[in-house]
Amino acid sequence: MAGARSKIAIVGGGLAGLAAAMKIAEAGHDVDLISVVPVKRSHSVCAQGGINGAVNTKGEGDSPAKHLDDTVYGGDFLANQPPVKRMCDMAPQIIYLFDRMGVPFSRTREGLLDFRRFGGTLHHRTAFAGASTGQQLLYALDEQVRKWEVAGKVNKYEGWEMLSLVLDDHQVCRGLIAMDLQSLELRAFQADAVIMATGGPGLIFGKSTNSMTCTGSAVSACYQQGARYANGEFIQVHPTSIPGEDKLRLMSESARGEGGRVWVPKIEGDKRSPREIPENERWYFLEDKYPAYGNLVPRDIATREIFQVCLEGKGVGGENQVYLDLTHIPAETLTERLGAILEIYEMFVGDDPRYVPMRIFPGVHYSMGGLWVDFEQRTNIPGLFAAGECDYSIHGANRLGANSLVSCVYGGFTAAPSAIEYAQNVERRNTDTNGLYDGELNRQKGINDQIIRNEGSENQYKLHEEMGRVMTDNVTVVRYNDRLKATDEKLLELIDRFKHISINDSNLWATQAVPHARQLWNMMQLARVITLGALNRNESRGAHYKPDFPERNDDEWLKTTIAEYSEEAPVFSYEPVNVSLVEPRKRDYSKGKAKAAPVPEPGAELKSQGREQIWAEQGKVKDNESFKNVDNEK
Amino acid sequence: MSTNGHHEKKRLEHPPNSIKIKIQRREKDGAPEYWETFEIPYRRNLNVISALMEIRKDPITIEGKQTTPPVWDMSCLEQVCGICTMVIDGGVRQSCSALIDDLLLASGGDTVTLQPMSKFPNVRDLKVDRSRMFEHLKQVHSWIELDGTYDLGPGPHIPNEVAQERYAYSRCMTCGCCLEACPQYHEDNYIGPQAIAQARLFNMHPTGKMEMDDRLNGLMGDDGITNCGNAQNCIQVCPMSIPLTRSIYETNRDVTVNGLLGWLKK
Repeated sequence: MAGARSKIAIVGGGLAGLAAAMKIAEAGHDVDLISVVPVKRSHSVCAQGGINGAVNTKGEGDSPAKHLDDTVYGGDFLANQPPVKRMCDMAPQIIYLFDRMGVPFSRTREGLLDFRRFGGTLHHRTAFAGASTGQQLLYALDEQVRKWEVAGKVNKYEGWEMLSLVLDDHQVCRGLIAMDLQSLELRAFQADAVIMATGGPGLIFGKSTNSMTCTGSAVSACYQQGARYANGEFIQVHPTSIPGEDKLRLMSESARGEGGRVWVPKIEGDKRSPREIPENERWYFLEDKYPAYGNLVPRDIATREIFQVCLEGKGVGGENQVYLDLTHIPAETLTERLGAILEIYEMFVGDDPRYVPMRIFPGVHYSMGGLWVDFEQRTNIPGLFAAGECDYSIHGANRLGANSLVSCVYGGFTAAPSAIEYAQNVERRNTDTNGLYDGELNRQKGINDQIIRNEGSENQYKLHEEMGRVMTDNVTVVRYNDRLKATDEKLLELIDRFKHISINDSNLWATQAVPHARQLWNMMQLARVITLGALNRNESRGAHYKPDFPERNDDEWLKTTIAEYSEEAPVFSYEPVNVSLVEPRKRDYSKGKAKAAPVPEPGAELKSQGREQIWAEQGKVKDNESFKNVDNEK
Repeated sequence: MSTNGHHEKKRLEHPPNSIKIKIQRREKDGAPEYWETFEIPYRRNLNVISALMEIRKDPITIEGKQTTPPVWDMSCLEQVCGICTMVIDGGVRQSCSALIDDLLLASGGDTVTLQPMSKFPNVRDLKVDRSRMFEHLKQVHSWIELDGTYDLGPGPHIPNEVAQERYAYSRCMTCGCCLEACPQYHEDNYIGPQAIAQARLFNMHPTGKMEMDDRLNGLMGDDGITNCGNAQNCIQVCPMSIPLTRSIYETNRDVTVNGLLGWLKK
């Protein structure tokens, strides 16, 4: 195989998938890109606030090492640290590359990239394009991949949904089966390697901030075929979303990054309009409890605080809502730096946040868990790779804002060479592929036929709603073991009732009923992984909070959860976390972070500790010597 | 509230108990179109998408006839992906941001009418195929040529004003509202405002400028920029308020200069 052109299939056309596609095409190999929607409409467009990278243009002495420390500290030390370090090292390069691609990042007076603050850090580390940074980054990659499409290196299959992997008799991935969402035609895609880049599973919770494509269905299919799923119980609930009938719309953390303040009236049930409530009668509870980070504490903490305030009846009007207030900032500044998200609020709620404090409440937002991968983005199935939100690798127990975009691109940029290397060197040992693709194709066709034939009294959309409700009630901000057990029982009931659904659509052309039924089945399987993972983990860490076990317990639980599929129930095992770079310490955002042990770097042993310290304090040192080419002092 | 010149938006004071959703349907491209009307209970904060979701759960028409669930596209529901565009009460827009209260206030009735976009192949019901818009982006070389994606340091210095102007163009989500509203655009005879605006976006960038000719050449064919009839409908319907007419004006100027230079070089 070596030297020949390889064919790599990528599932998902968001930031991670497109990043991988671009790199593979550039390296001279061929890509089949499979996406349920035209790739330009992928969920990455919803990312608002920005992308993190320690470019250090504000004279703050920021560095990739500090980015690493903030990330693993914010993630409550559950992430394996070597890949986090590699991501943080690569982050400034990634931002510069997007700059070269023409992303209209906001800029300083000198015409350099501007950076703003985000949660979980004290540095200006977040590059941004207005308040639709994800959209802008995705478009840049969409444009580059379109160029490769014109060059014949990338074939897009938009409007196709992956149903399963094709595995040979050595459990090696040889391609996949996908379904055309118009004709329901099934097709086998042969590939030397497959990269999963399908994003998160927010729809398991019914209403979330995710797009309607974020079902986690394809990842669940991989899991059911033997791929390991890691840290599933870690689900990020974003502190500030706008409740809606059809979904929870995100209100970006950048609103707080630009100075937004969270508060409730000190008088419970205060009926006055927010503007009539004087300053001294407002309770800025995040600033009060966390003087150092204030409104920019990490998301898990902000979410729990807001949740708690509302639980105690102190929410605005006694309801599940608190104010997020920007009205002290000049309207023009807000328009330039946050325009896109303020428009969303105004469009859906009707108030203009430039003049009226927003009413917000936490909403399910992101999965830190995902397919298990090694440090080269390889899953446990040979030939299968994963990148982006659908892998578990970077964020530990809680993701910092603006780290998702950078982790998507890092994942894609790492999975691409890794998949190429595999495809170029794999030895097939005369494995028989006769009938392999047809066999899997027929198996999938059989599942579709069964769904179409079924004539039961259950309604799949109502089952989905029931699952969403029970998951949101019991497996989000606060978790109790008895309720988690009950949730799994409910999920088993739903799985059983699923067998009696009828699709209610006699027209199979472009029907959404068959794809939704397949997604629903897969979501229910992943829901069990999330729920039982949470049940097992008797501690509180990052986004996973159990009042009955309120402390982080490193002695017993500093380990990665790994779920493997079996028909009865997921089988759990655990593996140690690689904490070789930053020693775990207690998270405390009420004061400045306790100083981290120094991060080992290439050549670090040659430097005297004393000189390092002095430089660091003067804010002049670049902590990572391997980054000469992005050093600002050059 | 009317502080700082801000006015709170008008709200529906006496909402009906139920609302009617009238949908123009088609089984597949080429099949005859037909209408079906559904009735759902009114709730505050309904948008067109949540009304459709309610209908699809158990699709029974107002006459009590069990029918097939209406098909439509949706994804982000925040008006940034562009996929859920359709014609609502006669106007083209995204259905996620079309709030039932606002629609009823505007029409004064209790019925909302939904139709697929008319300028694109109709896949089924409210779903259309807009893939030709992405082909248009290929035609105008809507990207920046890089030497490679390896680390070559930062891009060029750019004044923030230019970055902000480009940002306005860069928010185009290829939704197709401008093409639906354009009286000149029929069956792909004219490349239309979105692709012209994207050409402008890259022609404004210091690196992108270097391939300006490629982009302008894509706009000089039979389906090119001269087809614009200056009706200015595009800018009225653009959900992202992109200065489409300005991009057409400025690009037209570039095309003229380019054509002249090309002629002089001969």
